[in-house]
Amino acid sequence: MRNRKNILKRFTIADLIMIFIIIMLCLTCVLPFVHLLSKSISDNSYVLAKDVYFLPKGLNFEAYIAIFKDGQLTHSMLYSVLVTLIFTVLGLVTTIMAAWPLSRKRLKGRIAFTFIIMFTMYFGAGLIPTYLLYSRLKLLNTMWVLILPLIFAPYNFLIMKTYFQSNIPASLEESAYLDGASNIQILVRIVLPISKPILATISLFLAVGRWNAYQDSKFFITKKSLHMIQYLLSMMVLSASETEKISISEASLVTTTPEVIQAAAIMFVSIPVLCVYPFAQKYFVKGIMIGAIKG
Amino acid sequence: MINQNRLHSTLPGTGISWKKAWKRDWELYLLLSVPLLLTILFKYGAYPGLRIAFMNYLPAKGYEGSEWVGFETFRKVFRDRDFLLALRNSLIFNFAEVIVSFPMPIILALILNELKIPRFKKVSQTILYLPHFLSWAIIGSITYTLFRTETGLVNNFMINTGLASERIPFLTENLNWSITYLAVGVWAGMGWGSIIYLAAISSINEELYEAAMIDGAGRWKRMWHITLPGIKPTIITLLIMTLGRLMGSNYERLSAMGNVNVKAVQYQLAIYIYEKGLASGTGFSRATAVGLFQSLVGLLLVLASDKFAKALGEEGMI
Repeated sequence: MRNRKNILKRFTIADLIMIFIIIMLCLTCVLPFVHLLSKSISDNSYVLAKDVYFLPKGLNFEAYIAIFKDGQLTHSMLYSVLVTLIFTVLGLVTTIMAAWPLSRKRLKGRIAFTFIIMFTMYFGAGLIPTYLLYSRLKLLNTMWVLILPLIFAPYNFLIMKTYFQSNIPASLEESAYLDGASNIQILVRIVLPISKPILATISLFLAVGRWNAYQDSKFFITKKSLHMIQYLLSMMVLSASETEKISISEASLVTTTPEVIQAAAIMFVSIPVLCVYPFAQKYFVKGIMIGAIKG
Repeated sequence: MINQNRLHSTLPGTGISWKKAWKRDWELYLLLSVPLLLTILFKYGAYPGLRIAFMNYLPAKGYEGSEWVGFETFRKVFRDRDFLLALRNSLIFNFAEVIVSFPMPIILALILNELKIPRFKKVSQTILYLPHFLSWAIIGSITYTLFRTETGLVNNFMINTGLASERIPFLTENLNWSITYLAVGVWAGMGWGSIIYLAAISSINEELYEAAMIDGAGRWKRMWHITLPGIKPTIITLLIMTLGRLMGSNYERLSAMGNVNVKAVQYQLAIYIYEKGLASGTGFSRATAVGLFQSLVGLLLVLASDKFAKALGEEGMI
């Protein structure tokens, strides 16, 4: 608040320069999407003429129609939503199952258990041993390879544990304990209801993490119908990066240029995140603050 | 204090026998068993697989059929030109990242902190956090849409307006690609990275600023003598953490921005491990050896960073 009394008096050139810099930076975040959106709903001829910047020319939704007709991306979208939902629910439950017990100072062996969990964050076995393990567990080419190995993450565990430690004093627990409540009752009836902010934060960490990651799709899955949508996008756009053309399907290529389809595909995949993130980001900020205390 | 004493009578600490601990907290142990099992199954379960770094592993023969070769694989790897190239590229890019990407969130936080219109500050922060929520697939796709030589927005714009007479190969020439790659990294991480610094700035004592203002210190003096020293611990801690990741390599980021023309610089450890290991199917032992090397050096760097941070009087991160 130190600036408030000076607002009117001291609006200097420096302020204007800083406002300008920030506006420019914000534009770098917004304009690419404006461009993609314009391109995706423009007429081919204008796109081919390299004449589309930030406004659509010759309005035309054929690229989106092609995406829906083709069905690959829409199928993958539904599948990715399903995987993300399962992942988030299981991830949240398992994170609580570790964070709550290990946040209690009285729990015998908690330092050893915590070490067992945290060690895996600093030393991973690497791609090949992981691949061979999943192969032995018969997880390759199943939806579960995208879910089970990653639902319990040390980082999320650490953040939630820190939150419980600093927000749920033993005295609170103790009064319930004296009233005859069991450990489970204390957790479900007292702790979780007052920990909604951290539950929201960790859920979002899990959901966004799962939604955005796709290297496991590439490494562990060969069936196209089991790939996350991000991986499909990366294959469509990036294997086409400079020379090759993308292939949604031959039929759609007749009516729209690959470029328009690409733009539409990128928009299609981005839209869920663009819709959710304005609401999600404040929980993210909270999470990163808790994590920064010790993380 | 009273609470504490009662607590000890009803919920004694860790100094009790396992039997008593189990009797009192068996529900907690039961809860804990699930994530612990997941960790053991999926993380510790993979460690034994590391032994193939010391074998000549052939997928057809499996663990039992493949022969032990000791450190032979490592000796081969360190003479492997591809590995040396990948290692060199990884280190160069990670160092460049420290120099280019690390300071940006600090500068951004300093600027954001100086903004005097709260609403504008809030909205711009929200917008600047956006890239953090995008996958590398989306970021890579956007990069290609903007920077392709023939059809990219930036080139189209520069040609149409006469800003440039020739199209610039942003993504198909080694040096250009490297710069674009790093710049996109700055863009993607800057907004999000500023959060921690903004929090550190907001915890600086207001009175320091007031006193400085009374003494006639201007904006830049205050920034230099109060704000920066105030967030110095945060800067040092984060810098050390960044150094701890010098051996890191992000497959998604590299592949999302890569193409055949820039293989010479895009070829880094994550790409090496994938291509020699999974993609070719014959270099399992070599890829595992490189992965093990990367993990070990990474672990050592983190431990050293932590020691270093604590020696400097900062809070460690482990």
